[in-house]
Amino acid sequence: MQHFLRKTVAVFESLGDRSLDSFERLGRSTLFLVRVFKSIPFVFLRPWLLIQQLYSVGVLTIVIVLVAGTFVGMVLGLQGYNILVRFNSESSLGTMVGLTLVRELGPVVTALLFAGRAGSALTAELGLMKTTEQFSALEMMAVDPFKRVIAPRFLAGFLSMPMLAAIFSAVGIYGGYYVGVYLLGVDDGAYWAQMQKSVDFHEDFMNGVWKTVVFGFVATWIALFEGYDSVPTSEGIGRATTQSVVNASLAVLGLNFILTALMLETS
Amino acid sequence: MTRQILEIWVGVFVAAGIAALFMLAMKVSNLSTVSTGDTYEITARFDNIGGLSIRSPVKASGVLVGRVSNIKYDKDYSVAVVTMSIQNRFDSFSIDSRASIYTAGLLGEQYIELVPGIEDNYLEDGSDVVMADSALILENLIGRFISEIISK
Repeated sequence: MQHFLRKTVAVFESLGDRSLDSFERLGRSTLFLVRVFKSIPFVFLRPWLLIQQLYSVGVLTIVIVLVAGTFVGMVLGLQGYNILVRFNSESSLGTMVGLTLVRELGPVVTALLFAGRAGSALTAELGLMKTTEQFSALEMMAVDPFKRVIAPRFLAGFLSMPMLAAIFSAVGIYGGYYVGVYLLGVDDGAYWAQMQKSVDFHEDFMNGVWKTVVFGFVATWIALFEGYDSVPTSEGIGRATTQSVVNASLAVLGLNFILTALMLETS
Repeated sequence: MTRQILEIWVGVFVAAGIAALFMLAMKVSNLSTVSTGDTYEITARFDNIGGLSIRSPVKASGVLVGRVSNIKYDKDYSVAVVTMSIQNRFDSFSIDSRASIYTAGLLGEQYIELVPGIEDNYLEDGSDVVMADSALILENLIGRFISEIISK
C-alpha cells in the first residue's frame, strides 16, 4: 500500500516538475524577447552587423526558396489543371495557383524552410557561443551580447521572412504559369486575368504578408531562444537545434490555422 | 568574403524581395485595377439580390464604374437596400437609370449593370435609383418553366 502511494506521489511530482519547467522556460523566453526588443535600437548604430546577418539568414536561404517555390508552383499547375479540366474550367488555373500560393503555401512553406535552413543555423551558432562562453567573454569586455549578437540576428530574421515568402510566391506563380500555359496549353491571358480578378489586394495579398510577418517573428524568436537557453554541452547544442526546428515548425503550422480562422472571420 | 561582396549580395536580396512583393501586389492581386479616386454613393432597392455581396462590381455597358459598398435589409418594405460607390468621373447617369443584377457566366459572380435613361438630370451623391431589377434566380426560372410545361 505504502509502495503504491509513493509511486502515485512520484507521478504527480514528475508532472509538476515538468509543468513548472515549461512555465519557467516560457517566462524566460518572454524576458528574453523583452531584452531583445530593448536592444534593437542599438542595431541601427551598427548597421554592418545587420547586413552580415541579413546575408547569412536571408541571402543564403534564397536558393532553397527559389528551388522549392518553382517546384511547388509547377506541381500546383499540374494538379490544378487535372482537377479543373474535369469541369471545363482550366482557365481559372491562375486563380487557383495565385490564391493557394499567396494565401497559404507561400507563407507556410517558406516559414518551414526558413526554420530548417536559417533557424537551425542560428540556434547552433548561439548554442556554440554559449558553450564556449563567448557571451561571458563579451560581458567581461562590457559588451552586451544582446545588442551585439542577438538583436541583429533577430532583426535580420524578422526582415528576411516576408521577402523570402514574396520571392517564393512570385517564383511559384511563374512555375505554375510555365506548366499551365507552355506545357498544358491554358490560355496565357486567361491565366493572368483570372488571377488578377480573384486575388484581392487587401483580403488575400495583405493576409499573406501579415502571416509572413508573424511567422518570421515566431520562427526567429524560437531559434534564438533555443540557442541562448541551450545546455552548454555538445549534446545540448544538438538537442537545442532539433528542438528549434521542431518547435518553430509546429508553432508556424498552429499559428497558421489561428491566423487563417481570424482573417476569414473578419472578411 | 570582403565587405563589398557581402553588401552586394544583401542588396540583391533586398531588391529581389521588394521586386517580388511589388510583382505580387501589381500583377497578381487586383491592386492595379482598384480605383483610388473619389466616389459618390447611390442606392437601389431590390426585391432579391441573389448572391450579390459587398465589393461586387457595378458596371455600365460592361465597364467597371464602381463597387457595391453596403447591403442592408429594409424591414418596413421587405426589400434589400444596396449602396453603390460610383467613381466621380462617371457622373453622367440620368435619374431614370435602371439597375439590374446580372450574373457573369452561368455560375459566375453577380454584378450590377447600370443602364442610363433619357432624362437630363443626373444621379448625385445619396440619390436613389428608382428602377431596379432583381437578380435572376435559377430555381425560380426552372420552377416557372416546369409549371408551364405541366399546364400545357
